[in-house]
Amino acid sequence: MPSAAFEQSLVSRIQLRFRRSEAVRGYTLLSPTLTIILLGLLFPLMILVTLSFWKQEYVDLIQTFTLTNYADFFRKKIYYLILYRSIRISLLVMLVTVLLAYPLAYFIAFHVKWNKMIWIILVTIPFWTSYLLRVFSWKVILGYNGVINSGLMSLGIIAEPLEFLLYNPIAVVITLAHAWAAVAILPIYVSLEKIDRSLIEASRDLGESAFMTFIRVTLPLSLPGVIAASLLVFIPTVGDYVTPSLVGGTRGIMIGNIIQSMFGKALNWPLGAALSIISMITVTLVVCLLLGATQLFRKKVA
Amino acid sequence: MIRTRSRLNTLTVYAVAYLIFLYAPVAVLPLFSFNDSQYITFPLLGFTFKWYAQLADSQGLQNALINSLKVGLSVAFLSTVLGIFAAKGVTRYRMRRSGLLISFIMVPLVIPEIILGISLLMTFSVGGIKLSLITVGIGHLMLCTPFSMLVLISRMEGFDKSYEEAAQDLGENAWWTFWRVTFPIILPGVVASFLLTFTISFDEFILAFFLAGTDATLPLHIWSQLRFPDKLPSVLALGAIIVMVSTVVIFAAELIRRGGVDLGNKSKV
Repeated sequence: MPSAAFEQSLVSRIQLRFRRSEAVRGYTLLSPTLTIILLGLLFPLMILVTLSFWKQEYVDLIQTFTLTNYADFFRKKIYYLILYRSIRISLLVMLVTVLLAYPLAYFIAFHVKWNKMIWIILVTIPFWTSYLLRVFSWKVILGYNGVINSGLMSLGIIAEPLEFLLYNPIAVVITLAHAWAAVAILPIYVSLEKIDRSLIEASRDLGESAFMTFIRVTLPLSLPGVIAASLLVFIPTVGDYVTPSLVGGTRGIMIGNIIQSMFGKALNWPLGAALSIISMITVTLVVCLLLGATQLFRKKVA
Repeated sequence: MIRTRSRLNTLTVYAVAYLIFLYAPVAVLPLFSFNDSQYITFPLLGFTFKWYAQLADSQGLQNALINSLKVGLSVAFLSTVLGIFAAKGVTRYRMRRSGLLISFIMVPLVIPEIILGISLLMTFSVGGIKLSLITVGIGHLMLCTPFSMLVLISRMEGFDKSYEEAAQDLGENAWWTFWRVTFPIILPGVVASFLLTFTISFDEFILAFFLAGTDATLPLHIWSQLRFPDKLPSVLALGAIIVMVSTVVIFAAELIRRGGVDLGNKSKV
């Protein structure tokens, strides 16, 4: 008996050894990529935090610890208001993008029988092509003398160009909802595709209507995809400055424009760094709130 | 029965409308790039190639194009190599916390690009590194490596480990096993990763905006042209070319990635 136990422990020790060396090889292969991310992301983020506690005087950075930049954010109403507006615009973008994306993802998952792949590729292609150019073409479409206005005028539907199309938050929302469409569709599609079809059939067989089946079975089961889609749209759009500066006008200025100007005309890197950090913290808080809210929703439905 | 059918039709109509919404802004570029008018308005005034001809004369454009090609090709090569290493590490060896490490590598995808851009800008500035195409490339590498890794992980998960084991049992060393077995099998993933990362770098604007020195990349050149109304038609022409080429490249990459030969397990989407 003891010898068997000994044998077993020997075997398991050899296995452990082997596994450990296997792990070492794995880590070795991962290490170049990890190093790159460490040096190119983590280290720069630490620099960002450090600089946010410095001060800019003309072209020089004063390297003594100060909270001035953070104090500035709370003292001057403008930064606070613009951050608030950015969060609101991004939440709206998130809502619009996900609401528009869901039926399409549903369509691909449940109604396309052949060539699902082609549909997925069709949806993703615009996402990969130049972001700057897509934003620019929205400017061209919505402009005062733009495609929509001149099109409607030459058709005789309107006499004067519509002025409300461009340079406002709605233009920003439309442009961003277009730009981030694929990012919303893919996770929702994946989560819908994963749903066991027999659950839906069971619900129908037990007498639920198609609508109630959707509400009580399909929607809750696809919620992880919806959440992923929402976050993947919300987080990056808060920091966007290309779209607001091309189609947003003065009423559509977002925190990204302010941060960018701190690195350009306004030349105040530490303040820009502080604003970035405050924005990131705010975004994280909003994300936590969103996750909390979905948790509540899930409990109610289930 | 009738109700299901009509619902299906509504969804189909919706899907088609959605695709129009997705593609209309992209279609505007080529449409007006052939229009014989300084202004981007309806009605169309006639067909012309002159905006394209104007592009051929622009020295700034040609420099920017060469710069973007340099950065794009280097970034595509480097990130794909990094992606191969990382994907092999993750899929072939059992490791503790590999999930955590993967999500760490994915972080650049969820950080707003402006934050990544200014952080790198400050780092280069503090470290006394002059801004150049290399610094742009470093920024793009952060963005492209996660994508490359994702593509290659799904490719490596898609085929059976036993092919590699068989080669090793038959006496090949690790190096030749990789080149003669692994590499040919993952080649579609490698090509897809290369094309994808190249396109990301080629089209990337925000990081380049902060990290470029005096040498402009193509998106930066476009940005500088947007201020001049008389340059807009040729920007449209340039945009039309870029969108067309990007679309072809991405379509090819996706087809190669999702198609390819399936060995053993079904590869994931």
